[in-house]
Amino acid sequence: MTSALLSVRGLTTTFRTDAGDVRAVAGVSFDVLPGEIFGIVGESGSGKSVTAMSVLNLIPQPPARIEAGEVLWKGVDLRTLSEEDFRRTRGSEISMIFQDPMTSLNPVFTIGQQIADVVRAHHDVSRHEAHERAIETLDLVGIPNARRRVDDYPHQFSGGMRQRALIAMAIANDPDLIIADEPTTALDVTIQAQVLEVLKQAAAKTNSAVMLITHDLGVVAGLAHRVAVLYAGQIVEEGTVDDLYYRPRMPYAWGLLESMARLDQRRRGRLRPIDGHPPNMLRPPGGCRFHPRCPYRDGNRCLSQEPELIEIEADHRARCHYAVAPGWFSPDERLSEPEAGWHDRVRSREREAS
Amino acid sequence: MTVADAPSPISASDLPGSAPGEPLLTVRHLTKHFPVTKGAILRRQVGAIHAVDDVSFAVQRGETFGLVGESGCGKSTTARLILKLIAATSGDVEFDGRPIFPLGAKETRALRAEMQIVFQDPFASLNPRHTVGQIVAEPMIVQGKGRKEARARVEELLELCGLNREHAGRYPHEFSGGQRQRVGVARALALNPKLVILDEPVSALDVSIQAQIVNLLEDLQARLKLTYVFIAHDLSVVRHISDKVGVMYLGQLVEVADRDRLYEHPKHPYTVALLSAVPIPDPQKERQRQRIILKGDVPSPANPPPACRFHTRCWKAQEICRTEAPPLEQKAPGHWAACHFPESREVL
Repeated sequence: MTSALLSVRGLTTTFRTDAGDVRAVAGVSFDVLPGEIFGIVGESGSGKSVTAMSVLNLIPQPPARIEAGEVLWKGVDLRTLSEEDFRRTRGSEISMIFQDPMTSLNPVFTIGQQIADVVRAHHDVSRHEAHERAIETLDLVGIPNARRRVDDYPHQFSGGMRQRALIAMAIANDPDLIIADEPTTALDVTIQAQVLEVLKQAAAKTNSAVMLITHDLGVVAGLAHRVAVLYAGQIVEEGTVDDLYYRPRMPYAWGLLESMARLDQRRRGRLRPIDGHPPNMLRPPGGCRFHPRCPYRDGNRCLSQEPELIEIEADHRARCHYAVAPGWFSPDERLSEPEAGWHDRVRSREREAS
Repeated sequence: MTVADAPSPISASDLPGSAPGEPLLTVRHLTKHFPVTKGAILRRQVGAIHAVDDVSFAVQRGETFGLVGESGCGKSTTARLILKLIAATSGDVEFDGRPIFPLGAKETRALRAEMQIVFQDPFASLNPRHTVGQIVAEPMIVQGKGRKEARARVEELLELCGLNREHAGRYPHEFSGGQRQRVGVARALALNPKLVILDEPVSALDVSIQAQIVNLLEDLQARLKLTYVFIAHDLSVVRHISDKVGVMYLGQLVEVADRDRLYEHPKHPYTVALLSAVPIPDPQKERQRQRIILKGDVPSPANPPPACRFHTRCWKAQEICRTEAPPLEQKAPGHWAACHFPESREVL
């Protein structure tokens, strides 16, 4: 196996609030391999952005506190580095693209100046060389007339162009990893298609890995190689996109997929929502964090014992007590409501198998 | 061209989206130009934002008419014009067989009871200082119902929308996004409307919650015989919930058809591009898909391209597209499109 570029182990980030401590990220571990696109999917409050910000040490402390965990970048724990050494890595080897292109660009500097600044912060090059590099990267992300538009201010760019300018900035230093946090959420769908295509090509040309954070399961399906699903601060399922979309093992992950209306399919009756709502993170449920919403929960283990992230097959892990039960996932069973006696059937199958 | 010339009256059976039977809502040549002014004192008009331009369609009773398009295409403005929340520049709206623009203030207020709206953002559209009970009761109080009567109805409405009667005493911040949207729906239903305009009702909600609200809306429609205009940019949800779908681009309706016809055989190139741009949560399909990437951005509605407004981004554009606006006409039974060179490819 290729050695990981970024290896996060047991990352735990807590926010101190007036109402109590909120453990937004609770022991998250994952690897990002060189050149791959790794998706992190979750709903609002699942901890996906906090994970990214914690990795980059950009999370405001206080109120947040990174309580535990290692963030290994090419084998070195970033959390042991001095702020200055960290800064050297961040921006040159790791870069970031945020959701809102209007607030991440400075309105009083030209696009070109801002890209050149990023280049000059990490490389000893002349102003002219940095400016040329800005034009080159803007051209790479498909800004027409890059040589002329490089002197524009952010307000002269449309939303899609601003997001492309941010991608240009992110690749200006030939990073090894781009962390993209909801890079297209603020954009219209035809512009989203443009920007995702640019991101994919920019990453391929610079041979950079991408950590793509999004709530959109469609975006991940088209772009990512591997994906992790976050729920209530924990990874609940991780695998290749095909594992996750065709062989999901954790009821939340497949519940999400099944609750979605499909663009490409005729209506098959009512939607199948996931019951309830995401947990209050001040008091996450005991046992499995998904149990209050899970139609398959038993009355015992699921309520009292927190499931581990279990390896089901190579590179495919799920956090569910029943994830390895044989026959758990015949498509028919998956689509039907759990019947009475279902858990007993699973257990007897477990016994037969062992 | 377009609005300046007196538009020809369209008979109800020729309206895009029409079907046998009497429609509940008909919209004819609806147009809204927001003036662009210059100077602090004289405020000379120097131009106009063509937010909605010559939009015509019909919505049948008990149906859901989906209206899709990207931001700035005029779908929300269309909703506000239909509700008379803003005044139209020209055009007509008929509700339940009656033109609504000539109505006076008193009649308009009575009309409001029959057509209601649910907004996108359940955080911004509920007054944080009012209890849920007060919020849901407000339309009834405005319409002159007694407080006692209103209170009983509030409890009924909350339960209808999947909340508890005890929730009436709580404030919006005590609810999750999905529950708040249920409150917004309860408020819209307080006066027993015939038509509910749903303006991006699930866009602000998490995926796992969206399906709950979509199902609620469908249940309520069946139970209360409601007619919906469902406005959204999420084309997947629109396909699921709508009977007919209209696609808007830069203030104009460019295509209208039954949902499956529209998604399976789109005719307008913009619809084709829009459908091909939406990511599908199916990795194998995504790998095989041919995506049509549109060039550039949507042009400014202050200065829309002449003739066909899509010609600046269309891969099929010819000379005629730059000189002559294609009318929204029936290309096949029940399928209207405004294009000189309609498409015939499948994109999904």
